[in-house]
Amino acid sequence: MDCNQVLVSKVKKVIVVFTLLIAFLSIKIDTFAQADSAVVPVDSVVAESAEAVSGQHGAVEHGKEKFEPTKVIMEHIADSHMWHLWGHTSLPLPVILYTNGGLEVFSSANFHHGEHDYVGKYNTYRLEEDHVKVVGADGKIDEDASVLDFSITKNVAAMFVAIVVILIVFISVAGAYKKRVGKSPKGLQSFIEPIIIFVRDDIAKPNIGHKYAKFMPYLLTTFFFILFNNIFGLIPIFPGGANVTGNIALTFVMALGTMIIVNINGNKYYWKHIFKPDVPFWLYPIMIPVELIGIISKPFALMIRLFANITAGHIIVLSLISLIFIFETLAIAPVSVAFVLFMDVLELLVAFLQAFIFTLLTALFIGMAVEEHH
Amino acid sequence: MDLVTPSIGLVFWTSLAFICLLILLRKFAWKPILGAIHEREQSIDEALNKAELAKQEMARLTSQNQDLMQQARAERDEILKEAKTLKDGILNEAKKQAQVEGAKLIEKAKIEIENQKKAALAEVKDQVSTLSLEIAERVLRTQLDDKTKQEALVANLLKDVELN
Repeated sequence: MDCNQVLVSKVKKVIVVFTLLIAFLSIKIDTFAQADSAVVPVDSVVAESAEAVSGQHGAVEHGKEKFEPTKVIMEHIADSHMWHLWGHTSLPLPVILYTNGGLEVFSSANFHHGEHDYVGKYNTYRLEEDHVKVVGADGKIDEDASVLDFSITKNVAAMFVAIVVILIVFISVAGAYKKRVGKSPKGLQSFIEPIIIFVRDDIAKPNIGHKYAKFMPYLLTTFFFILFNNIFGLIPIFPGGANVTGNIALTFVMALGTMIIVNINGNKYYWKHIFKPDVPFWLYPIMIPVELIGIISKPFALMIRLFANITAGHIIVLSLISLIFIFETLAIAPVSVAFVLFMDVLELLVAFLQAFIFTLLTALFIGMAVEEHH
Repeated sequence: MDLVTPSIGLVFWTSLAFICLLILLRKFAWKPILGAIHEREQSIDEALNKAELAKQEMARLTSQNQDLMQQARAERDEILKEAKTLKDGILNEAKKQAQVEGAKLIEKAKIEIENQKKAALAEVKDQVSTLSLEIAERVLRTQLDDKTKQEALVANLLKDVELN
């Protein structure tokens, strides 16, 4: 399979980049640790410029506070109830909770960045590490309280933005097709059409065969949904900046969709292959569980692959940016920016590649499920 | 662990949003786009096929034209040849006829000449006989007058006759 090679080379590349990064870090930290005292006078300048340049909040905001890259990076990778815009400005997002008492909806601005508790209709809530927790009568967090968090978080909001953009783009393109019947594509249409034809002729047709038409809407939607969210994730400022496709929940849903589509459309040969494989009967106790695990493991791999690739990209970019704050010097900034630029270009490739791989493997699994054996 | 634990909220919203997106795009985007692309591809295929057919038709017509041209040329040659033979025939005929006509004319002229000659001879004979009669008359008359003179006359007459 071609994509295996792509995956292997991709993984190798990421390993190489990581290794370089670690080597780079370990060398530089030593040198800068020795020169620490000399660096101190520029401290305040760095803090100011750092805020101006990237708007990263966290430790740098308070000047002398210790900068913890892991915390900052994890904060950026993870979901949030606020959408950070710039400096100290954040967009509060609605919190929707399903509690024992019922549905509770309020703005996340009520938490004042986690500094205040919010007294709701049924419970008192506290924002701890960007998770909404119920506060018990004793003023401590009640871990037993069952609260389902259906909030419109940063990722949900970013996903909605991407969906709106996708809808606008594709409905306008579809309009162009209706308006210019039988004519050559033009503008956005001519940019989108090759991708659609690529998905049809190079992903769907070779893998699924003549029944491909039925699965085209799912494959195209998957492809462009992942692609747009990947690209939006690369934009560092609002309305991008959320790690949507690098969130396990989203990749879980996408993989679940693939699993459902594959198994609903599986024909008798597909099920025969699982429950009555062409092996001696005494191997059945091994083969059937293996095949059943295969049903789960294929979409599971899809889920992990997309999640890990996108998250890894974000972590690398953020690590490189964090270098400036770790060393507390502007001198490292050109190096960081150069590396970030390189990584962003690589991530742009990865954005396309992961959308392609996800769609390709989905088509492959569908093809395996609907294949006719004569 | 937080990173790899799917949160229920995001799972819910993603599922909802993705299904909505799928339904909306399927109805408003993929159907018209794929339909239009398919139609366009078909029309292009059709146009190409038609062009191919037209090309074949063209080639067929060209070869047909060539055949016709060749045929026409051969026919023209045939006609020319025929015309030439005809012309030659006519010429020969005319020549022959002219010869015959000429021969006839000559024959006629000959006959005429012969006739004239005969007539002239007959006239001459007439005159000769008339003259002979006159001579005889005169001789007879002179004989009656003088013998010598008669002889001289006869001699004279004879001389005349010989001249004739």
